[in-house]
Amino acid sequence: MSTTTEKVKAGLAKRYAKEKRFRMFGMASIIISMAMLAILLISIFSSGLPAFQQTYLRLNVNLDAETLGVDNTASQEELRAANYFGVMQNAMNERFPGVTDRRQKKDLRQLVSGNAQYRLQGMVMADPSLIGTKQSIWFLADDDIDTYFKGNIDRTLPEDDRRIKDHQLKWLDDLEASGDVDVRFNTVLFTSGDSREPEQAGILGALLGSFYTMLVTLLLSFPVAVAAAIYLEEFAPKNNWFVDFIEVNINNLAAVPSIVFGLLGLAVFIQFFGVPRSTPLVGGLVLSLMTLPTIIIASRAALKAVPPSIREAALGMGASKVQTVFHHTLPLAMPGILTGTIIGMAQALGETAPLLMIGMIAFIIDVPGGITDPAAVLPVQIYLWSDSPERAFTEKTSAAIIILLFFLILMNILAVLLRKRFERRW
Amino acid sequence: MYETTTLVQSDIKMNPEPGDTTNSPIPEPQSQDVDIRTVIDELKAAGHAVGKPFLDDPKIRCRDLSVFYDQTKQAIFDASIDIGKNQVVAMIGPSGCGKSTYLRCINRMNDTIPNCKVTGELSLDGEDVYAKDQDPVLLRARVGMVFQKPNPFPKSIYDNVAYGPRLHGLANNRAELDEIVESSLRKAGLFNEVKDRLKSPGTGLSGGQQQRLCIARAMAVSPEVILMDEPTSALDPIATATIEELITELSESYTICIVTHSMQQAARISHRTAYFHMGYLVEVNDTNTVFTNPEHRLTENYITGRFG
Repeated sequence: MSTTTEKVKAGLAKRYAKEKRFRMFGMASIIISMAMLAILLISIFSSGLPAFQQTYLRLNVNLDAETLGVDNTASQEELRAANYFGVMQNAMNERFPGVTDRRQKKDLRQLVSGNAQYRLQGMVMADPSLIGTKQSIWFLADDDIDTYFKGNIDRTLPEDDRRIKDHQLKWLDDLEASGDVDVRFNTVLFTSGDSREPEQAGILGALLGSFYTMLVTLLLSFPVAVAAAIYLEEFAPKNNWFVDFIEVNINNLAAVPSIVFGLLGLAVFIQFFGVPRSTPLVGGLVLSLMTLPTIIIASRAALKAVPPSIREAALGMGASKVQTVFHHTLPLAMPGILTGTIIGMAQALGETAPLLMIGMIAFIIDVPGGITDPAAVLPVQIYLWSDSPERAFTEKTSAAIIILLFFLILMNILAVLLRKRFERRW
Repeated sequence: MYETTTLVQSDIKMNPEPGDTTNSPIPEPQSQDVDIRTVIDELKAAGHAVGKPFLDDPKIRCRDLSVFYDQTKQAIFDASIDIGKNQVVAMIGPSGCGKSTYLRCINRMNDTIPNCKVTGELSLDGEDVYAKDQDPVLLRARVGMVFQKPNPFPKSIYDNVAYGPRLHGLANNRAELDEIVESSLRKAGLFNEVKDRLKSPGTGLSGGQQQRLCIARAMAVSPEVILMDEPTSALDPIATATIEELITELSESYTICIVTHSMQQAARISHRTAYFHMGYLVEVNDTNTVFTNPEHRLTENYITGRFG
């Protein structure tokens, strides 16, 4: 055995031990990160999933013309102004006779959500022939009742320590015994905008707001960023101080805190250009500024990675520079560009700080119909709900996070599909 | 154990120090030769290459061509050479001698390199290649190029060959395009191998097939001149032989300039050979003459394998 072999052998055990140690570190990091992800998802889903269900209470409502003050020949205007409040009150009194205490009567009315009378109003206005009939209707339960039926209020606590008092519990037990309580899928969450009442609050406004904002961001930042990257990578003179200066600035922009972009948007877009505030339009503009450097940097890297032999081949065939770029370089760089875009868009989707500056924190009930309607976005909605005092908003917050994650996954799937399409064309 | 140790040590001693040339078994090429500076001074003084660089009715006429990179680095010094019609001219020389740079001057591929400046005269059929109104796109349609590494587009075989005709609008309809693609592939000797899979990607072919695909692609626009920059350096001997045969066939209808590192290849396929050294065009002559009776010391040293 030569000395070399000796020496190598002596070091072998150490080398293998080092390798093993490194592998263990790697495994440990993966396990830790997976565990973190699992903890995050479990905590969000366990607290958020109940929000996808909602408690309903059934009441027999007597829509008699006398209480309403109108009959079925009344005009829509008169139907709108009819006394639905009284009808609800009668229905409650009928269901629970013998409640005389004023405060208890008020509690009784508040078993169902405050929008019950508007629900009746809508039904009657759509079909006036309902007047004079008796209807058995499922009403949204109030958020405290809902929380109770989801098991989040402990009835063994002393009465003063819980949101639902003993007399209310008696009514709820009675309703449950007669089968007038039902827990159903929460459609309200997906069909309405924000509300101060947790049981009436929905995510649709924020969802559409996020969608419109992302649309504006994508349409603005993608073409601009790709064009900028193509110019810088393929056309701009190399070793030029001005081009270097631009490069440095783009890299710096990517590192600017996002709230600064919010202030910029407030000063420039809203104050100077007069873009309506709180809208997806101005949100998209601000987020485009933020996303641009990310996409530019990724696109440049993708363009740089295209082998120069392809460019030479195209130029050698007599293609002009623009033809070379659009026939060969850009399609080959597309998967990388799309990856950069999705990273930028995901960042923009989760961004809250700059949007606070441009008024997207406003409490907006209406579902936006376009990019110039005031709207909230998902992360801001999460922030708003997490800040609300009602117990029922806790689960709504987690539900909104789940929806945000699904939105993100949807976007990623779309990007992966696009990538696949471009890759297959090679 | 002890013996081996000494052996290793003595092995090390066997290798002479880089500067130690006194009892080295390998002759130092530079020392046997004349000082390279004197030779370069001679070349400078001579003004043009030895041998027969000029022809009567050239396809490409080149006089005092110099190429500069970054203003200061000169890659080619006053090269003057004529390239005849339907001739295969081989450019040989050690690495970095400027032969590829010279080749890329002919179709102005050097334009794509920033800060590359070309001076002197270069004309194709009497037309100045570097004239202000000369369009490089048109020029490159007339002067095709095949590169060192096969570089088919990541598209189908058909689209690879059809790219040039489509780009320049050479085919009026689908049938004409099919015709061009087929004849180009036939000329490149590839058609029979790929006729059943024209729609499959060109990058899926073997190295030799890819290079022939690149030749077919270059020929699809019917150029007058084909430039080949070491077209077989990435290929195995069998694929090389196929390409060499192809070049010989093509020389009947095309003017071909080929850069090669293989002197045997130059001897086999070219009519004339040009020898470059450190940016100077040293010698141009009929291939036979260059390889059997070189005029210049540098050429002789190179082809006898003393350096390069």
